[in-house]
Amino acid sequence: MLRILNKIRKTGIVTEPVSKDPELEALGIELKRLVDLRMRGSFAIREVDSGSCNACELEVHALNNPYYDIERFGVHFVASPRHADALLVTGPVSRHMAAALKRTYDATPAPKWVIAMGDCTINGGEFGCNYATIGAVERVVPVDLVIPGCPPTPTVLMQGLLALLQA
Amino acid sequence: MSRFDWLSELLARCEDEHVLVRHGSATRLALVHLLDIDHEDWGRFAEVAQQQGCRWVALWADQIDADDFNIDVCFEYHGDYLVVRAPLAIRQPVLPSHTPWFPAANRPERHLQDMFGIAFSDHPDSRRWTRHQAWPEGQYPLRRDFPAGGEPTDDTPPDSAYPFFQAQGAGVYEIPVGPVHAGIIEPGHFRFQAVGETVLNLEERLGYVHKGIEKTAEGRDAAAAARLAGRVSGDSTVAHSWAACMAMERAARIGVPARALALRAVLAERERVANHLGDIGAICNDVGFAFALYQFSRLREDWQRLNRTVFGHRLLMDRVIPGGVAADIDAAQVDELLRQHSTLQAELDELIPMLDDNPSLEDRLLGTGVLTTETAAQLGVVGYVGKASGIDYDLRRDHAYAPYHRLQVESPLYHDGDVASRLKVRADEIGHALNLMEQLLSGLPDGETHIDWQAPASNAEGLGLVEGWRGEILCYVRFGEAGRVARFFPRDPSWLNWPALEQLIHGNIVPDFPVCNKSVNGSYSGHDL
Ligand code: SF4
Repeated sequence: MLRILNKIRKTGIVTEPVSKDPELEALGIELKRLVDLRMRGSFAIREVDSGSCNACELEVHALNNPYYDIERFGVHFVASPRHADALLVTGPVSRHMAAALKRTYDATPAPKWVIAMGDCTINGGEFGCNYATIGAVERVVPVDLVIPGCPPTPTVLMQGLLALLQA
Repeated sequence: MSRFDWLSELLARCEDEHVLVRHGSATRLALVHLLDIDHEDWGRFAEVAQQQGCRWVALWADQIDADDFNIDVCFEYHGDYLVVRAPLAIRQPVLPSHTPWFPAANRPERHLQDMFGIAFSDHPDSRRWTRHQAWPEGQYPLRRDFPAGGEPTDDTPPDSAYPFFQAQGAGVYEIPVGPVHAGIIEPGHFRFQAVGETVLNLEERLGYVHKGIEKTAEGRDAAAAARLAGRVSGDSTVAHSWAACMAMERAARIGVPARALALRAVLAERERVANHLGDIGAICNDVGFAFALYQFSRLREDWQRLNRTVFGHRLLMDRVIPGGVAADIDAAQVDELLRQHSTLQAELDELIPMLDDNPSLEDRLLGTGVLTTETAAQLGVVGYVGKASGIDYDLRRDHAYAPYHRLQVESPLYHDGDVASRLKVRADEIGHALNLMEQLLSGLPDGETHIDWQAPASNAEGLGLVEGWRGEILCYVRFGEAGRVARFFPRDPSWLNWPALEQLIHGNIVPDFPVCNKSVNGSYSGHDL
């Protein structure tokens, strides 16, 4: 136990401004300010994988690592769409996931946002539109914001969230 | 044993069992041996292969003209790979099932049933597998006459009528979970039958993220096929694109420069380390030990950032291209990578012992989710799932492809088959990967990082085999006219490891399912294709 405490002490706080880049640091602070202002301090997101290759999920996970620690800005990922202010959707929408995505959307209380993450959600990305994919999230649920990239980096994701709150 | 010296024994068995081997070739599908048999002998061959002690690796089909399929099955024995091929007429698409001899064939055969309309007689379970409701029963997406776009629709109903197994009895209840799970993970459905907290039975239902990868590959050139391969399972982007490029390069009979091969291995080992770091943290977190999650996700982030600085992408996507790699490093970057290795090693020297002797982790991970060596062998599992259950196999050592053939490859082995053992394998593999990268970077060959791609002749085919971080990845490619891909089949290790989860969960408590699942960590995308 002592060793664990020691390691915690030695590691210290690595959480950093989104980047050493002062401009981005300002964006981090701005994100928090807008979450406080527009969301009363808490912005709840439900992530929905609608057929991604799973790399987008890895970068969403990264948002919770101690460097980004997105919860400190009031943004957190929730287990149920019923608790969510927004859905963060990845993937080209496989037809086998279309109904589940629609139902998740319906289960999310209004007002709600849909954020489409990754090139797949725009035009199906490398998978395109085929017998098994719908090829764009907006063909299934209305989309408020698209964050391009394959996959978008955690920093780009945070910039996307900021843009959503600024709109 | 030298390569394939067991083959004469197998051929003798074939003769005993009246399996007619029409033709054998060591060159048509280079590095693997190809045997042609008649489809009537398909089932008997499985029996022969099982007697020989072969491991069942993969199954795929290919419609070669309007009337015929080729059906290929791949076996491994002592690090040698054998592909057995039978022609099958489309008007009578029935084959004997391999599942009675090799349980691993179960879902792959059902995949062929759904995708090609090939029926497997004596299959113990003929329910659909990959197909939900995106296309109607009786239509087969991988047949040539099926349009890649399918029937346009924005409205695919859920597969509510899938006939799950039922269990009945006093106090037995059912828990359906998914496809959308509580965490940030891929979608799939799990159906539990439980009594109290104890799991009686688990049935997996996958296929939710099926996105037509095999069909979408058709008609692409090599570069575009490699990009698609890099998205079969994003967490294994390097390994999958390497396997696909290896298959295409073998088909085209082109050699890749030594420097490119070394860099591919560096990329693959970095991918292995990143995933092991992330998962060690996540497994510990699933039993409430958040300290490890934060420490290991910190290390993973450092690792991904250097990926970005040195190789240009945090997850190393699209760095492996046909003919070589799309990244080069200079001496300063080599030093930077080596420095990161020592930092990571020092951190792990401190952190791993903390996991080892933490009593609460021990309590939750030791003896949890046990996969016995016997079941592991029967299922033919690969990668860390196998290595934790006494299955000592690693392609990098046992089927050493370049550049691993000139390296000292170590591979961990444990026998308890529990979550703790799978965790240990992964911790050990990080150390071994660091070792391999030291060897690679200290002797990095000079020269080109890629050579120009030359499109192969029509019908050229190749098989790629790579040890990804999850285990063995196989990729089959056949080219058609003008250097366009006519058939692409990637087999992620998850196909072989997903069934193990259904077995190892028996008798465990429902709340331990997340940690058991994470310890296997099958890819949904890599499996559903
Ligand atoms: S956008 Fe790229 S990383 Fe994200 S799911 Fe699609 S292919 Fe994968």
